[in-house]
Amino acid sequence: MIKNMKSRERFSNGIIYTVLSFLSFIWLLPIAWLVLVSFRAEPGAYTDYIFPKTYTLDNYIKLFTDTKLFNYPRWFMNTLIVAVVTCAVSTIIVLLTSYALSRLRFKLRKPMMNVALVLGMFPGFMSMIAVYHILKAFNLTQSLFALVLVYSGGAALGYYISKGFFDTIPKSIDESAMLDGASKNTIFWKITLPLSKPIVIYTILTSFIAPWMDFIFVSVIMKDNYANYTVALGLFQMLSRENIYQYFTRFAAGAVLIAIPITLLFIYMQKYYISGVTGGSVKG
Amino acid sequence: MQSTQKFKNLLNKVSSQISMFFKGFAEGNIITKGSYIVMGLGQFLRGQIFKGVMYLATQILFFYFMITSGVSNIIGLKDLGSKMQERVWNEARGIFVVVKGDNSMLMLLFGVATIFIIIGFIITYIMSVHGSIQNEKIILSGKKPNNLRKDIELYLNDKYHVTVLTLPVILTFLFTIVPLVFMILIAFTNFDRNHQPPGNLFTWVGFENFSAVLWNDPLKSKTFIDLLVWTLIWAVLATGLNYIFGMVLALMINKKGIKIKKFWRTIFVVTIAVPQFVSLLLMSQLLADLGTLNVILREFGFIETFLPFLSNPTWAKVTVIIVNLWVGVPYSMLITSGILMNIPTDLYESAKIDGANAWVQFWKITLPYMLFVTGPYLITQFIGNINNFNVIYLLTRGGPLSLDYFQAGKTDLLVTWLYKLTVNEQNYSFASTIGIFIFLISAFFSLIVFNKTASTQKEEDFQ
Repeated sequence: MIKNMKSRERFSNGIIYTVLSFLSFIWLLPIAWLVLVSFRAEPGAYTDYIFPKTYTLDNYIKLFTDTKLFNYPRWFMNTLIVAVVTCAVSTIIVLLTSYALSRLRFKLRKPMMNVALVLGMFPGFMSMIAVYHILKAFNLTQSLFALVLVYSGGAALGYYISKGFFDTIPKSIDESAMLDGASKNTIFWKITLPLSKPIVIYTILTSFIAPWMDFIFVSVIMKDNYANYTVALGLFQMLSRENIYQYFTRFAAGAVLIAIPITLLFIYMQKYYISGVTGGSVKG
Repeated sequence: MQSTQKFKNLLNKVSSQISMFFKGFAEGNIITKGSYIVMGLGQFLRGQIFKGVMYLATQILFFYFMITSGVSNIIGLKDLGSKMQERVWNEARGIFVVVKGDNSMLMLLFGVATIFIIIGFIITYIMSVHGSIQNEKIILSGKKPNNLRKDIELYLNDKYHVTVLTLPVILTFLFTIVPLVFMILIAFTNFDRNHQPPGNLFTWVGFENFSAVLWNDPLKSKTFIDLLVWTLIWAVLATGLNYIFGMVLALMINKKGIKIKKFWRTIFVVTIAVPQFVSLLLMSQLLADLGTLNVILREFGFIETFLPFLSNPTWAKVTVIIVNLWVGVPYSMLITSGILMNIPTDLYESAKIDGANAWVQFWKITLPYMLFVTGPYLITQFIGNINNFNVIYLLTRGGPLSLDYFQAGKTDLLVTWLYKLTVNEQNYSFASTIGIFIFLISAFFSLIVFNKTASTQKEEDFQ
């Protein structure tokens, strides 16, 4: 009987291993293809074979040397600058907002949360056009500063996940600190923040990654100011109809270069991601 | 019942505020009376010099602004400009010279901004008067009003929420609320390619755009209805399938006896980490009519002619849903696996004793439990999918295009249609109208679900 169960168990595990391997294959296939394309010497987007006929590092080298039409190093620096500043500003904003909405009690708390909920239901792109015109009225369009403003300006509305985390910290900790005469300001910096390391890291990383991933807002803000493009928008240009044949392999190389650091960050922050997203809802 | 009670409370509060405002004037001493006219007087003369100066400065700035531009901004809102840009023959130089006309867009923008400034000023004004009345009371009771140091202490403790939220609120106003109000107003104008400032004017047209979407313009309303139906089908399938498959994947990885769990999980996390514009653009190359997949399939002799993955409407719809699984399943796997481990094991034990097999266990225990816990997550996912721009736009650009539609393709969602209408067509007014409809749809679904999920109401229980 027990032997029977064991073999059944082994059988079902075997099926699961097969399925998982198959799924992994499917999921990794496009990425493997991307890496292969980035080392391909032959140009062109469509080939009738998967493995390149000749391998080369040229695509990577040219990204940094042949900058006349596509200035990849410049875009990379642009994105890095925007990402660092955005990350600093929006992390502070998100943490302050979620702390206030989670730990402090004041008259406008519920109404504010409702307003945030309602604002979140408008398609983000809709306000984008107005933001563009506002920035234009201030003569700020097509600058990196405008981009930082756009990415961090709406940050407060993304308070939900970190609020969920703050909600799980027992209130008694705050109360005992208050009995010792600590002000709320002290409690926030000295007690709540150190206890919330996961969510702080999560917030920092997500806001750092956002500028690398986005291309919609940049395309609206930057229009044709190539010098201030970010990596995403720049790479997007390489796939336009007139460029795709010649630049497809270089696009792949550029994409691999930004995918690697982001992948590493993501693998590192997996656990924070899970505790961040579920922290707010698990309590149900 | 409850809401009428709430409404009554609100009315009471407002009326007591108003009566206090007038009573304060009637009963106050000369300083308090004066502070109704000169802001900050009631603070300045009672030792709160910094506060008083700030209030006074606000008042002076506001009046200066209103006289120099505020009033004309508000008047400009009425018909958004009347003088068109024109070219006038300049006799002396012998050329046509462009004479600047009114810019309707800036007029609307400045008008909206002015209204917000006025509201802000009124709030500040009421605060200053209120503070002045309080100060008088404090002095009458024989104490001193707070000095600057005491005030700062107050804002670091009892009123810490004010300190903390000021910057976020200002930014949200500037970058979300004002733009949204502006765009909502645009929906009531005729701002399109033929009415583009600075060359042309646009003006108010009332509900014309809304009636065009709903019944007046057959082409537009057909496009709207069709895209709405597809958007909803897409959102339901994209959310539901991703959720179920993500959970199944999580169950497989987390099953007892499966080794190297971390390895499996990491494989799928890697696909999240590759930016979507990269992976999706790649997919669109892979799946194009002459794309790698078709070419390879033909090389191996599986097919004679290419498969229209992205060029046939029905195929394209199925393709985007399947590719979206590739994009979304790892996310839901990550999120559900944490919760799955928290399901009390005794539920499964007793189910096993009752003879339930794995299939029944999934439908009777796992799924209901998960739905209960992740309700709010699901609704945000659903709304996110209604607004899912990336997958559709990067894969198909909304195509295949169709002449039955107004500037849209067969796989366009409402939100990608909105994008095309603004970026390609510059039909801003119509796009804003669509944006408002998208909002109404999202709001409708969120209201239903948020009222039903318990976890949003129980936030205090766990602190």
